[in-house]
Amino acid sequence: MNTPLVNPPFMNSRRRLVLASGALAATPALFHIARAQGAPIKIGFPVPLTGPFSAEAQDQVRAAELAVKEWNAAGGHKGQKAELLVRDDKLNPGEAATRTLELIEKDKVNFVVGSLSAATQLSINAVTRERKVLFNSISQSDAINEAKDWSLYTFHEALNPHLTAGAVARYAFPKFGKKIVYLTADYAYGHEMVRGFQRAGQPLGAQTLADIRHPLGAADYSAFLPRIQALKPDILVLCNFGRDLVNSAKQATDFGLKQTTKVIAPVLLYTSRVAGGADAFEGVLGGTSYYWGMEDKIPSAKKFNDAFRKAYAGAVPSDYGALGYAGILSVLQAVKNADATDSQRVAIALRQLKYDWYKGPQSYRKCDHQSVQSVVIVESKSKNMKDKNDVFNVLAIEAADEKNLRTCEEMGHKITT
Amino acid sequence: MSGMNEFIAFVRRHRVAASIAFLLVMPLLMPYQALAVNILIFGLFAVGFNLLFGYTGLLSFGHAAFLGVGSYLTGIGMVHMGLPWGVAVLLGVASAALVGVVMGYLAIRTRGIYFSMVTLALAQIVYYAFYKAERWTGGENGLRGIQVPKMEVFGFTLDFLNPNTKYYVILAFVAVALWFVSRLLASPFGAVMEAVRENEKRAAACGYDVDRTKLLVFVISAAICGLAGALRALHLSVVPIESLHYLLSGQAVMMCLLGGMGTFFGPFIGAGVFLTLEDVVTTMTRHWMAVVGAVFMFFVLFFPAGIWGSFMKRLDKSS
Amino acid sequence: MEITLSLLALQLVTGIALGAIYALLAIGLSLIFGMLTVVNFAHGAFFMVGAFIGLYFMGLTGNFWFSLVLTPLVVGCIGLVTERFLVRPLYGRGIDYPLLLTFGLSWVLIEAMRLAFGVEGLPSSTPPELRGAVDLGIGYFPKYRLFLIFATAVVVIALWLFLEKTRYGLIVRAGSRDGEICRVLGIDVSRVWLVVFGIGCAIAGLSGVLAAPTRAVNPEMGIHVLAESFVVTVVGGMGSLVGAVVAGLLVGVVFALTSLFAPELAELSIFVLMAVVLLVRPQGLFGKAGLMG
Repeated sequence: MNTPLVNPPFMNSRRRLVLASGALAATPALFHIARAQGAPIKIGFPVPLTGPFSAEAQDQVRAAELAVKEWNAAGGHKGQKAELLVRDDKLNPGEAATRTLELIEKDKVNFVVGSLSAATQLSINAVTRERKVLFNSISQSDAINEAKDWSLYTFHEALNPHLTAGAVARYAFPKFGKKIVYLTADYAYGHEMVRGFQRAGQPLGAQTLADIRHPLGAADYSAFLPRIQALKPDILVLCNFGRDLVNSAKQATDFGLKQTTKVIAPVLLYTSRVAGGADAFEGVLGGTSYYWGMEDKIPSAKKFNDAFRKAYAGAVPSDYGALGYAGILSVLQAVKNADATDSQRVAIALRQLKYDWYKGPQSYRKCDHQSVQSVVIVESKSKNMKDKNDVFNVLAIEAADEKNLRTCEEMGHKITT
Repeated sequence: MSGMNEFIAFVRRHRVAASIAFLLVMPLLMPYQALAVNILIFGLFAVGFNLLFGYTGLLSFGHAAFLGVGSYLTGIGMVHMGLPWGVAVLLGVASAALVGVVMGYLAIRTRGIYFSMVTLALAQIVYYAFYKAERWTGGENGLRGIQVPKMEVFGFTLDFLNPNTKYYVILAFVAVALWFVSRLLASPFGAVMEAVRENEKRAAACGYDVDRTKLLVFVISAAICGLAGALRALHLSVVPIESLHYLLSGQAVMMCLLGGMGTFFGPFIGAGVFLTLEDVVTTMTRHWMAVVGAVFMFFVLFFPAGIWGSFMKRLDKSS
Repeated sequence: MEITLSLLALQLVTGIALGAIYALLAIGLSLIFGMLTVVNFAHGAFFMVGAFIGLYFMGLTGNFWFSLVLTPLVVGCIGLVTERFLVRPLYGRGIDYPLLLTFGLSWVLIEAMRLAFGVEGLPSSTPPELRGAVDLGIGYFPKYRLFLIFATAVVVIALWLFLEKTRYGLIVRAGSRDGEICRVLGIDVSRVWLVVFGIGCAIAGLSGVLAAPTRAVNPEMGIHVLAESFVVTVVGGMGSLVGAVVAGLLVGVVFALTSLFAPELAELSIFVLMAVVLLVRPQGLFGKAGLMG
């Protein structure tokens, strides 16, 4: 006897399940209200998880997650917890814009923190400011401070090229000489670095022998080195970043330039130094926003390092990692101070914020929302290394000073307070 | 079964309407509207590219130049010249067509693989030109400042920032372009295009001016890709320099192949599959490049007619 | 700026060293195209794989020379597998298909290296025997780059001897001129194609391991190199070995001299050169007219 399959027992309970889910889906209003009460504070975090800066981006994510965990553990904001939504922008500005649109339209984030290149942060900013969503950028750019790209909702936690280059110039030019040659990556960031160096160098009597522009992403610099050799400068400034810096430092070393010339770079990344190796970077000095070795001088650095080491099996945070940490904490602190989660009120609170998350006192300048902060001058080392992380000596820390930034008027800002 | 065949024939005759009907509901299938808009834009880009590749048989590696020029000139029109968005879009399309005339004129003189190489080289020159013109294009930082908060259309005010509104406004443009492409392909000129693809010498022997045909298709293709670029500028509010890079040209080829070269709607399917795949895989693993590359190789080896092309072939066989 | 004769001379030597790598890459690409009419879009990826595997062997054995011999063999084998299983099914379908396939392959190879060696790449350094700079009288020049010029010359001569003086080389040359006749004569042309593809990839891998000490080794290093290889191959003539060598050196020197006078235009200048050659003489300096259309 065949039992017809029309009404077997399990079908009944399945039918009930279908009906139940239908009922649940049909009451979005109820569902929505329930969510709104305990809804987390969502922060979108677009960074280049794939591509040439993947290692730095992953450190940004780790440090940002640490920040969120710490803040939530301390109680959040009146019980409301923060949530980090990490997205991969593939270091592509078009992709970054798409991801930001996704975060705002689909995920309905409250704020956006992130980016690891000038082009992507400007792209993210173009999307966020039109929709009045707060954006705290954690990578270098001069353009984001300028009136053209700025908005009430645009904040810049990271250093900018002008400040970094200026600090390195102020340290190095008096020590090593006045005849300077620049080997510059031919894009906005490279030009901004040169401008920063030249501006700081002028009162010190520095003389630019040549500013040699190389294509961004060039692998081979040998074509530029004979001319630099012939010019015999006191200082060779490698105005480029990341892989370009590794390649140019390597090849300058190969051509024997270090025998007669001091090599400096505006931004010396921990990851670049590790990728390039001790030989290529021997004697090279540069600037950075943070180096873990600062912990014996700065108490908040020690606190941050210890928390990072505890969370990540003894690893130390990198420069970009620290920016991820600070970018998130600043925004969340502003939420507390404003007692609100909408971008407008949080932005106003962020403008007034004074903080010290990992490197000493910081605050945002009113006209361009640039975080006024210290610059660390480091030099690569290969001897007396305590462990594999001990790759730099901290030579100096230039204290935070608004004077070292470009003036508000120069960047087109009409309102300065 | 004949009812099915009649339905298929009906859809084929009204392919533009059918495509638009599908695109009207497409956003509901997508996780978020920005992805759907990207599919519209890249679908149009692939359709424009397919005119040259699938229908005329010319593989160009420089089509990013047209997408990029369309985007940049629309952006420059709005940001530097203060033009209203509609005029700026026209400027973008016209500029792309102009670049198409120049590139086409130079490239048509070569054949086969050399044609592909020339288009690559010429497009790279366009890339460097725009890269260096920092004052107009922003250089590596891209062109920012494109803002279209409100659109005045036939007396109605549309909120372009609303993702759904944005999608349907862009769909309107894409629909008109698709209609145009369909008319072109169904015309006698469309037949000449395919004749050139099949056998150039024979087409010439029949009395058709092969070079003029190729140039005309090149320019039309450029204009359509330029329109896609113009819409992209409005969508993203920025024009990244990568819009002109040959990797984007490569993506056009991949989308056409995935979808089906030489079919009307195939490139759209290809763009949709490629972008959705990339989007979905990116959320699952960091190694999305390997997955997408492997899928692509799989199609090249086993489904060279692409998804839509294979589907069309299956339909043809069964009817 | 003072342009002295010695600066010019040193720049010329730099250009030749640059050109050596370009020439090697173009030889592999040209060989594969000339013989199989396949445009290998994964050529840059094979170069990159060679650099990684080369560094891996150097790390394993501590011996540069060992790695120099072993790496091309390994990369060549990967090439053999690629031709046999991925490219061979596509013959006869038109020139676009192998091109598209190798394009997809390059994506897979890049990701494979990321998985195997990490996203940061590997640190590379010059082998101790070849470290340091030599005073050429016109300026200091890295010893390693002189070695590069020498190594390229050795490979080119070896390849020439193989093609001109050996029986197998004769078959390869005949096959590139007319595959049909070779088959009629009883030669297994598909076996020849397999070997040639393997040799082409092996040379790409060799250029990778040779280039590794001079630059950062990371998964993206092949993308840039691919475009440059195409420029050189087109200028020299697709399918011509002499063309690849001459064009390689020419492009290297053009790049070096442009870098001296107008460095921002250096990259652009080689693409302009490519466009000009294609429009004026599409078969390149030494290519056969009428090849592929």
